Amino acid sequence: MTDDKDVLRDVWFGRIPTCFTLYQDEITEREAEPYYLLLPRVSYLTLVTDKVKKHFQKVMRQEDISEIWFEYEGTPLKWHYPIGLLFDLLASSSALPWNITVHFKSFPEKDLLHCPSKDAIEAHFMSCVKEADALKHKSQVINEMQKKDHKQLWMGLQNDRFDQFWAINRKLMEYPAEENGFRYIPFRIYQTTTERPFIQKLFRPVAADGQLHTLGDLLKDVCPSAVAPEGREQNEPRLKTDSRSEQE
Amino acid sequence: MPNSALWAVDLFGKVHTLSTAGQYWEPCKDSQLEFKRVSAATQCCWGIACDNQVYVYVCASDVPIRRREEAYENQRWNPVGGFCEKLLPSDRWQWSDVSGLQHRPLDGVALPSPHWVWESDWYVDENFGGEPTEKGGWTYAIDFPATYTRDKKWNSCVRRRRWIRYRRYESRDAWAKIPSKDDPEQLPDPFNDLSVGGWEITDEPVGRLSVWAVSLQGKVWYREDVSHPNPEGSSWSLMDTPGEAVQISCGPHDLLWVTLWEGQALVREGINRNNPKGSSWSIVEPPTSENGIMHVSVGVSVVWAITKDRKVWFRRGINSHNPCGTSWIEMVGEMTMVNVGLNDQVWGIGCEDRAIYFRQGVTQSELSGKTWKAIVASRECDRSHSGSSSSLLSAGCFFGDEVRGSGESCAPSDTDASSEAERPGPDRPGPAESGDSPGKPRDSLAPGSGTGRATEPGEEEAAGPAIQTPGLEPCPGPASTLAELPWTNIDLKEPRRAPGRSAAGFPETTGLSSLGLLPLGLEEPYGADDHPLWAWVSGGDCAVEAHTVLKWFTVQSGLSPSMQTLSLSITPAQTAAWRKQIFQQLTERTKRELENFRHYEQAVEQSVWVKTGALQWWCDWKPHKWVDVRVALEQFTGLDGARDSILFIYYVVHEEKKYIHVFLNEVTVLVPVLNETKHSFALYTPERTRQRWPVRLAAATEQDMNDWLALLNLSCCESRRVHGRPSPQAIWSITCKGDIFVSEPSPNLEAPEHVLPCDQMFWRQMGGHLRVVEANGQGVVWGIGYDHTAWVYTGGGSCFQGLASSTSNIYTQSDVKCVYIYENQRWNPVTGYSSRGLPTDRYMWSDASGLQERTKASTKPPSLQWSWVSDWAVDFSVPGGTDQEGWQYASDFPASYHGYKTMKDFVRRRCWARKCKLVTSGPWLEVGPLALADVSIIPESPGANRSGHSIALWAISDKGDVLCRLGVSELNPAGSSWLHVGTDQPFTSVSIGACHQVWAVARDGSAFYRGSVSPAQPAGDCWYHIPSPPKQRLKQVSVGQTSVYALDENGNLWYRQGVTPSYPQGSSWEHVSNNVRQVSVGPLDQVWVIANKVQGSHSLSRGTVCHRTGVQPREPKGQGWDYGIGGGWDHISVRANATRALRGRSQERAAECSGERGLPGAPSGVAGVPQEAPSLVRC
Repeated sequence: MTDDKDVLRDVWFGRIPTCFTLYQDEITEREAEPYYLLLPRVSYLTLVTDKVKKHFQKVMRQEDISEIWFEYEGTPLKWHYPIGLLFDLLASSSALPWNITVHFKSFPEKDLLHCPSKDAIEAHFMSCVKEADALKHKSQVINEMQKKDHKQLWMGLQNDRFDQFWAINRKLMEYPAEENGFRYIPFRIYQTTTERPFIQKLFRPVAADGQLHTLGDLLKDVCPSAVAPEGREQNEPRLKTDSRSEQE
Repeated sequence: MPNSALWAVDLFGKVHTLSTAGQYWEPCKDSQLEFKRVSAATQCCWGIACDNQVYVYVCASDVPIRRREEAYENQRWNPVGGFCEKLLPSDRWQWSDVSGLQHRPLDGVALPSPHWVWESDWYVDENFGGEPTEKGGWTYAIDFPATYTRDKKWNSCVRRRRWIRYRRYESRDAWAKIPSKDDPEQLPDPFNDLSVGGWEITDEPVGRLSVWAVSLQGKVWYREDVSHPNPEGSSWSLMDTPGEAVQISCGPHDLLWVTLWEGQALVREGINRNNPKGSSWSIVEPPTSENGIMHVSVGVSVVWAITKDRKVWFRRGINSHNPCGTSWIEMVGEMTMVNVGLNDQVWGIGCEDRAIYFRQGVTQSELSGKTWKAIVASRECDRSHSGSSSSLLSAGCFFGDEVRGSGESCAPSDTDASSEAERPGPDRPGPAESGDSPGKPRDSLAPGSGTGRATEPGEEEAAGPAIQTPGLEPCPGPASTLAELPWTNIDLKEPRRAPGRSAAGFPETTGLSSLGLLPLGLEEPYGADDHPLWAWVSGGDCAVEAHTVLKWFTVQSGLSPSMQTLSLSITPAQTAAWRKQIFQQLTERTKRELENFRHYEQAVEQSVWVKTGALQWWCDWKPHKWVDVRVALEQFTGLDGARDSILFIYYVVHEEKKYIHVFLNEVTVLVPVLNETKHSFALYTPERTRQRWPVRLAAATEQDMNDWLALLNLSCCESRRVHGRPSPQAIWSITCKGDIFVSEPSPNLEAPEHVLPCDQMFWRQMGGHLRVVEANGQGVVWGIGYDHTAWVYTGGGSCFQGLASSTSNIYTQSDVKCVYIYENQRWNPVTGYSSRGLPTDRYMWSDASGLQERTKASTKPPSLQWSWVSDWAVDFSVPGGTDQEGWQYASDFPASYHGYKTMKDFVRRRCWARKCKLVTSGPWLEVGPLALADVSIIPESPGANRSGHSIALWAISDKGDVLCRLGVSELNPAGSSWLHVGTDQPFTSVSIGACHQVWAVARDGSAFYRGSVSPAQPAGDCWYHIPSPPKQRLKQVSVGQTSVYALDENGNLWYRQGVTPSYPQGSSWEHVSNNVRQVSVGPLDQVWVIANKVQGSHSLSRGTVCHRTGVQPREPKGQGWDYGIGGGWDHISVRANATRALRGRSQERAAECSGERGLPGAPSGVAGVPQEAPSLVRC
């Protein structure tokens, strides 16, 4: 899949138009204007909201400010989920732009992880990449990389540099020509309907008979309830891993 | 390789092919015969049919196989009647061959076999060595035999002329019977096995093949004179063998192995280009004494064998010095036969399941491969039961024709068919289930092949339900009880697919008659199996390489049949319906989420961005060398959103830190300069182009270089706002490394004044590798690779490595070229020629100039992108000719060489060639199957409306055939088929002008004009011979709107004077310039060339793009040259650029032009030449 750049680019450059509004109970010195921003789907909330933070802090007193957090229709938004996932999971059916409420007080300790700095995001991101590579290549590829490659991957994401990111990520997405795919497909299935945070299982890209699995096969296997009863899986695409699996 | 295919014979004797791009077995087009053996080569296949006769199947091609028959008419002068037929008694025949020794009356020349037809009647050849003769084609001499001249002199006592007649081979895409060798005196000895190979031994004559056969009595036979122009060969020669042969295998090169009845193998020694039959036999013992060898198959440097216990063996240590090898290694698996095909790839037929296995992982470094993998492709149309069982019948009994008598079940078949077709319909739940439901015991062998059959391409909806009863399934019925006859009629597709055949009625009827015999031939009903059972396989026409994506191993399901036919040479993922769907959904999502919100601020800003790195720089001062530098690229986004970039190169000289910088918006081209050691690239600006001294930078790794190049290219394109696919008017050029560059012409490039200097043209690289490129003004672009493969531009953007641009329409492309080195020797009185030269001499192994040492071991492929694909071999096709061992002689180095030794020759050399291959990607798709040497597309007249007509495209094949492509249009730039244009000799170059004037250059160096070419008559009617400039041999021609330019072998550029509408051939050649390597004349009659040895302020540049200045209607030859990009450029095409400066004056000028130069009254230059132009120009 690494050579299907049209898809890669569309995934990478996916943006969600968002309207940030300050929570009504926050104390401000003057009225806070909403702030509009195009958020990259593949990035993390706390990584790309410096401007939001700056915007609202201008109208607040220093002592009223503690750690920033976001909420949508009463649900605190987990910063360690990619933005696109949060949107698709919670708000995909609502009208655009996506209305996110910004809080600076009452951090919901039991719902959210703290995000003290960008290092925390980087650590989380890198651990996801490592976990994915453990499934794909028994960690061989990620372990053979140098520290600066890891850094480039992260900087690519942070600075929204597609080329920079994919120059390294390409290696993570390759598999030997004689094999039909990764060892296991790294995936997580998130659902709003269940209590479980996500489903994750070992899943091989190729069936025992050599046939490539499709996304439909995967869903049928791990999440049968999500598959439409019409049974049109035959027309489903062969299972592909998109760039998101790097971060998830 | 769209035409590369695996050939196989099933148990019923039916021949099938499986394309490397396909996933279904297709029945051989001529399926009336059943075969025991097939042995394939490129474009043809030999086989032994069940009647034990040998047949050859020559694949159809747009170029006919033509052979010229010649006869000479001789006359002698006598005082009474002048020249007359009465010859002296001592003279030759009045009608003879070229030597005069053979009597050869015209009506005595017969066609060699029923597969040939005459093309026309005999006619006199009026061309003599590139010069036209006087009427009648007579050439004169003092006496026979002598040197003939064109001119009659006072002492010309004899004369002769040549009569020519062409015959054409007609039996293509059909099995042509090779006349039997049996002479009536002896008992018949039918053939038992056959093998084709030897195509790499030599290319003289073109397409020469070695065809070897073994007869039932154990004799080995060789077919003489088999080549492309003589596909049937001439006769069988008996070869002596020390034992009784049972089977034979001939490799592409010099390997030939035979299995003996006693279980040993015979190895032929001494096969070479002078003696393709070899000279002697050696014996190789089988791996174990108890189980002798049953079957061998050989490749270029491998031998595989099967012993009588069905074990598979690989022979170690095979090379051209040791065709016997050293020892046997046992491989996994039990096979009935193995076959080695192209690139030493291996196929086998499993003992148990009779499936064809492909040996995976065979590479040059690991010839024994890794594992066997079963090919599960199913047959495209299970050619039905009836057809297959008929073959079974005749496999048991040689006289198949006699059984095919009774024609009863023909009529019921149709009715039964329809009822059968309806019955399974409702039961069929869908493709998903059909794979699981059959549940046959052998399912594991061909996983999912049931599913595959359910979606065979070409099966239309109507035929859909029928396939629920795929061919072989019902066989158990008839095998057990003969009463149940209806199964013979289940061949539902047959009447529909091939009405002609079913009308003849024999598939059904033979099916019927075979029933009685069916149980005799087989112990078990093979029909119960759900995959085809195979008897023989041949990979001699099957090009599988490391990067080839094969679709043979999985049975595709779920894709619609139309989708599958689409994905011919494209990776399946790129075209699959689901991929399109995903992409479309993504695009829709982006549109939905972004369309109304584009004014929102981006969360991540990109204002300044810097990439830094360590590179090496070829320093500007002497002594020039690579110095380490730090490099930084800074990008700024201006307020208007435009990007601008500066490249800084920091270096240290005399411990002082300095830097140079380059504004990327001034860069005109970035050229990768890969060689064996350095990953470097050159960066040109107009100033650097004039100096002939680019900034050269080298990276530590190829990846690093590609990253920099991609980034710099992107920055250059961004700053010039160039992106996407090139415009239809783009100018294309190619470097000597095969890299492709394209430039958008500015309107004032061809302006009458204030012309844009051509060193300011911006070139960007397109992906791919070509030797020749040709574009017209409608976006049709063709290219030719170094290996003569023809490619058509797909419309992809300039995907240069980096991820930045789209990969739509980018495909894998490969190219092959040769690396040459020379072996030099000097004669001395003691040992004769030896490698010990004089101290002043050149290296024993050198390059062509002799100045650089080049040994076989140290010579590397041109760059790391290339890898060797052959071994070193002597090149016999060097100019000047060679002796039998490839040596060329001369009096001393360096000198002109000739192919024979004389008393005065003290040195000799020979050329060694080694093929290397490059695999890359670019916006190109192969146009098979013909290999091309030259191509020309009609340039578009400015503004002319040609829609509705197909675009004229002419080409020269690598064999020198002149071809005209039909069906080329903007929407279908590849066209549909070739139309062959007959010539009396091979051609080298062709060009078609804007008014359908076709000029061509023949191999003898003379030019030809093709008369009456028009959209209605795309191939024209006849050739007009045009002598070359005095004492020069032309090599290339280019025709613009009205100008005709030609180039000779000494680099002189000639303008054709006196071309008028009434006399389009013109009157004479006028010299324009020397020092020219290639010329391209565009639709504005603009002249661009690649020049050699252009002087710059820093160095000399070979291969420079030059633009002829001062070309005016009144002065079509122009005045001087403007020098553009250069240093290693090889080819340019400006034939797409009809962009005139948009000024009032240019219109007048054009009108003036058309008036003066006799062009039909075009309303204006911009509006162009109307349709009637061609006819007027030709008159």
